[in-house]
Amino acid sequence: MANGIAAKAPASSPARRMTMQKLMRRRSTTALALALPLIVLISTLVIYPAFYAVYLSMLDRTMEHFTGLRNILFLLHFDTFWMVVKQSCLFAITAVIFKALIGFVTSHFVHNLPAKGQRKWRGMLLVPWVIPTAMSTIAWFWLFDPSYSAINWLLAKFGIESIPFLGVPGWARFSVILVNVWYGAPFFLIMYLAALKSVPDQLYEAAAIDGASWWQKVWYVTLPMMRNIIAITMLFSLIVTFANFDIVRILTYGGPVNSTHIFATWAFALGIQGNNIPMGASVSLFMLPILGVAAYFILRDINRRGSSV
Amino acid sequence: MAQVTLRKLVKHYDETPAVRGIDLEISDKEFVVLVGPSGCGKSTTLRMIAGLEDITGGDVLIGGEVVNDVPPKDRDIAMVFQNYALYPHMSVYENMSFGLRLKKTPKDEITRRVQNAAQILDISELLERKPKQLSGGQRQRVAMGRAIVRDPKVFLFDEPLSNLDAKLRVQMRTEIKKVHQKVRTTTVYVTHDQVEAMTLADRVVVMNGGNIEQVGTPNDLYHSPSTKFVAGFIGSPAMNFLPCALDEAAGGLRVRLSDQLSFPVPQERTARYRPHLGRGRLLFGLRPENIMEQRPHLEANQNPFEVELEVTEPMGMETLVYFLVQGMEVCGRVNPNAGARDGKRIKLVADLNNMHLIDDESGKVL
Repeated sequence: MANGIAAKAPASSPARRMTMQKLMRRRSTTALALALPLIVLISTLVIYPAFYAVYLSMLDRTMEHFTGLRNILFLLHFDTFWMVVKQSCLFAITAVIFKALIGFVTSHFVHNLPAKGQRKWRGMLLVPWVIPTAMSTIAWFWLFDPSYSAINWLLAKFGIESIPFLGVPGWARFSVILVNVWYGAPFFLIMYLAALKSVPDQLYEAAAIDGASWWQKVWYVTLPMMRNIIAITMLFSLIVTFANFDIVRILTYGGPVNSTHIFATWAFALGIQGNNIPMGASVSLFMLPILGVAAYFILRDINRRGSSV
Repeated sequence: MAQVTLRKLVKHYDETPAVRGIDLEISDKEFVVLVGPSGCGKSTTLRMIAGLEDITGGDVLIGGEVVNDVPPKDRDIAMVFQNYALYPHMSVYENMSFGLRLKKTPKDEITRRVQNAAQILDISELLERKPKQLSGGQRQRVAMGRAIVRDPKVFLFDEPLSNLDAKLRVQMRTEIKKVHQKVRTTTVYVTHDQVEAMTLADRVVVMNGGNIEQVGTPNDLYHSPSTKFVAGFIGSPAMNFLPCALDEAAGGLRVRLSDQLSFPVPQERTARYRPHLGRGRLLFGLRPENIMEQRPHLEANQNPFEVELEVTEPMGMETLVYFLVQGMEVCGRVNPNAGARDGKRIKLVADLNNMHLIDDESGKVL
């Protein structure tokens, strides 16, 4: 009977089909086959560029001689590098904290709006996040203009001297952070709003009956219920903000005197504009350990809490 | 400890009325159950007592004081919610002690009260657990514990057993009754389950369409319902309603259900029913347990009749039989040994001592 069926089967050799079937029957083979597209994608788009960057960082300026860790060692003794490290951390941490604060507060406002008007507000508040950053940053660039900008015009009306927003290191650092906060806060708003909506109303009612004030409800109900979302959003935003490029690049070009450079813009300035690609690659590699440590701590905390709840 | 009074209480959601001016007096330590179909306004009423819902009109009084504008936390009440509403990130102990901690109660006092409540509810060994690690019944106990430790003036229960499976629900029902016997506190309990209402309540408040239909002890409601709604809502299987006519015959009254079927009205009721003689749109109401199998000795006002059964449902301790009168399905409860079978002709007895006559227009029981 089995022979009869095999004989009727079309041309492909039965022996070969048998081995194929045997192979497919092994679960590991099937799993590998199903995961293959993703493996290929990640290999070509992530792993290969990453290792290529490591390789590049070990070349000299002419990209002809292998120099080992010389680029890295050079950076470690370079003052500007340490300033960029400090500026990157200041930029990312300050921006993320303010984005989280503003997102948290506005999400409460939007959450408490009547359902009817809520969509409109949600849409409007999302606008900064939806506009292409390059465009909105150019608008900010104009707003910050020392002599003709709207902000300085307003200040002049109140008799305040015009502020060189992009001309002085302190103000320039303030400005890039402000624009980044303006751009990124809506993301926090949406994430926190979703988290808020998932907190059952009855918990607040129970807390109200238990005698909790508004602040106590936020502290004992809202925050604990949102902890994971807050942690994940902040980590995610920290990574994205740390790796930011466009805002600094368009607003200040890293100036004045490199004072607003962060890793990505400085790597670009050294590598592409300064024609020293290996040095640029070395700079960008420094982001990896810093973000890795942050990710480890935040995700560890989430795992720990996830298993305890 | 306090009484709760509702005076002309009204609640509108935008233009939709949910509660239409109800009056209710709940005395100290009483267990009152609000029961009715969904959308009847029972939960809204409870939430207005709790202060979770604004009052459109009328007054809520707790312990003789109007509390309309008092926030929930200052009303000295405790509430048990349908889905327990336990704080998921707190342990059982923290959940139960939360209200006391907010009130800055001394630590040893908190421990004493929590342990006392845990003992009453038999959850002492669960105090360190998180709500996620508890079963539905245990969570319900914790929710009750959270209410007990506060030692409030009034307990409010909002369908607390709806999320439990049938067996656990019966068990927890007894549990709640026991707790009320131990912790005598004024209790308002909302449910849509009339069995829960009957078994738990000192008094039952039947609500329908935002109004109170009737207030009374479980026995009152069962035996002397004042409206057709109450008569039909309380009791399972529900009371049979049949269109009927009231006739004068041989010195007494008769209810005529069809050309073939009519029963004499009990002598003691003739005076009560005589004014309605010849009136149209009357309903005859009789509970299934008052339609039983033929027996050798009939008491007064028990009338035999013969029907062809449509369907029978053996329940073990009894058999429910269904038959048609003038195209209307009627349910009776007979002894399982009476030989009732689908499609069989059988002699039954209608016990008119417990009959009801209802004016179908006003829905009032006459």
